[in-house]
Amino acid sequence: MKVILIDDEPLARGIVKEYLQSYSAADLVAECSDGFEGIKAIQQFEPDLIFLDIQMPKINGFEMLELIENPPAVIFTTAFDEFAIKAFESNAVDYLLKPFSKERFDKAIQKYLQHANSASTKQVIETAASSPLQQNRIVVKDGNKIKIIPVNKIHYLEAADDYVKIFTAEGFFLKKRTMNFFEKSLSAYHFVRVHRSYIVNTQLITRIDIHEKDSHILLLSTGEKLPVSKTGYSKLKEVLGI
Amino acid sequence: MNSILSDKRLRYFFLAWWLLWTLLQYIMLRQLNIDQVHAITDSVVSNILLAVSCFFISNNMKYYLPRREKYWYVLVISLTVSFLWMLAQQAIMWMIFNEADNYSEVIHASWSIRFGAGFLLISSMSMFSLLWYSQQEQKEIESRKTETEQLSKEAELFKLRQQLQPHFLFNSLNSISALTGSNPEKARHMIQQLSDFLRGTLRKNEQQWNTLEEELKYLQLYLDIEKVRFGHRLQTEIIFKNEILLFKLPALLLQPVVENAIKFGLYDTTGEVIIKITATTEDDHLKIIVQNPFDSETSQPFKGTGFGLSSIQRRLFLLFARSDLLQTNKENEYFITTILIPQISDGNKRKNN
Repeated sequence: MKVILIDDEPLARGIVKEYLQSYSAADLVAECSDGFEGIKAIQQFEPDLIFLDIQMPKINGFEMLELIENPPAVIFTTAFDEFAIKAFESNAVDYLLKPFSKERFDKAIQKYLQHANSASTKQVIETAASSPLQQNRIVVKDGNKIKIIPVNKIHYLEAADDYVKIFTAEGFFLKKRTMNFFEKSLSAYHFVRVHRSYIVNTQLITRIDIHEKDSHILLLSTGEKLPVSKTGYSKLKEVLGI
Repeated sequence: MNSILSDKRLRYFFLAWWLLWTLLQYIMLRQLNIDQVHAITDSVVSNILLAVSCFFISNNMKYYLPRREKYWYVLVISLTVSFLWMLAQQAIMWMIFNEADNYSEVIHASWSIRFGAGFLLISSMSMFSLLWYSQQEQKEIESRKTETEQLSKEAELFKLRQQLQPHFLFNSLNSISALTGSNPEKARHMIQQLSDFLRGTLRKNEQQWNTLEEELKYLQLYLDIEKVRFGHRLQTEIIFKNEILLFKLPALLLQPVVENAIKFGLYDTTGEVIIKITATTEDDHLKIIVQNPFDSETSQPFKGTGFGLSSIQRRLFLLFARSDLLQTNKENEYFITTILIPQISDGNKRKNN
């Protein structure tokens, strides 16, 4: 059983390491102090189980998991995060609240051995994605690099099969999510779904022109033009108060 | 509510007024050739009745203060009472001197003047009572309002101060838990530091002022704990001149600012983080500058810092009624928080407390 520890506090990793010593089958292959190292180590070692802290530098534990194709089984370790705990409670994935005892740790390992499957990890990621922790930014993979996009730097989003294209001043980035997901999670940040295939940052709108009967065209301050459907136009009117 | 008669000066004023009025009436009656006995009885009886009427009206206002129909109410009640007063004094005088002579003729002829004078006095009294009790009511509302404001201000300050970061506490306990296995001596030391830190948080009064020296000592406890947690990743630099150590600042103001900088610095960048704290003076203000590195590409400090700085801003506003004391700016890859603390004299400070 290959195990990886990901936590930015050395002592927090220390205690998991200490508790793991009683499991001879567990093979600690890597220790990481942030999500970037974590991604690399997971790709390199393909572990069976990872212990993952949530609050970490640059990208948090959930965001790190989002960037991995087939995430391994996870036991989360966290000190205090009401939202995260809610995300865990509805899933088979276990979580350890710091500080935790050896007994509690053993229980988590037992649970993993009985129920381990990566489907539940994916479920947690889904739930956690709407966490206030990461609502104001989107983390994407750009080749080998990881890109953090603050939502106010997004111009618009466009549907592209299983992916969504996120357009910024630096071009677009792909993220494997649905338009419905972004429509919901970005609604708090002045984003409106103006068309089946488009979600726009309303703060960039400079003009709305009539195109044909029942359809309009949006002009953004960045020069981009987007089609607006009939329902999109009524939503837009509501949000902009016109 | 205070009654009109609860005011000592007003009591004397009313008494003097009554005497003056009685005397005037007596003189007037004498001028109309009324004999001494009739004149004295008449003026005393009618003025006692007048005083009773005034007392009645004023008492009435104490329990019922008209709202919308204010002035009509004053007019109607004054007219009614004046009328009753006329009847009563005529009846009493009739009972005392049951005879037809010069006196009853004069009385008969002067009823309109009497009524006019009585009405004037009674309506003045009801007007005065109306104003008096309205003012009393206003005062009460006012004092209740100030009291409520004071209470909510205290409660708010208390709450702002009590925001102990659970993250910090549980992670520190987790570090101690880890150390108990590997380094019991260090674990004990950290428990000591954490206890001292928590005691400081609980004991201090948010309106208490401490010297910079005390606050820096308290801050050091906090920094030592954080350094155990984050190891070599976290480094701090504190710069100050010895002569400003006696400058004062509100308790527990500095630590949350530094905590915010650390959180910001550590979670926004990878690698080593240096937190720089500089204390200087500027125009009789204590000026504290806290710097932390951040990533200008990805961070949205004002959204991300959340509770940290807005609560400091609020506290400074509650203490000094100024919103310009906390400022933040970005320079290169550093986020800089600047706090100014007015150095107020002891007299002023008492007022603030």
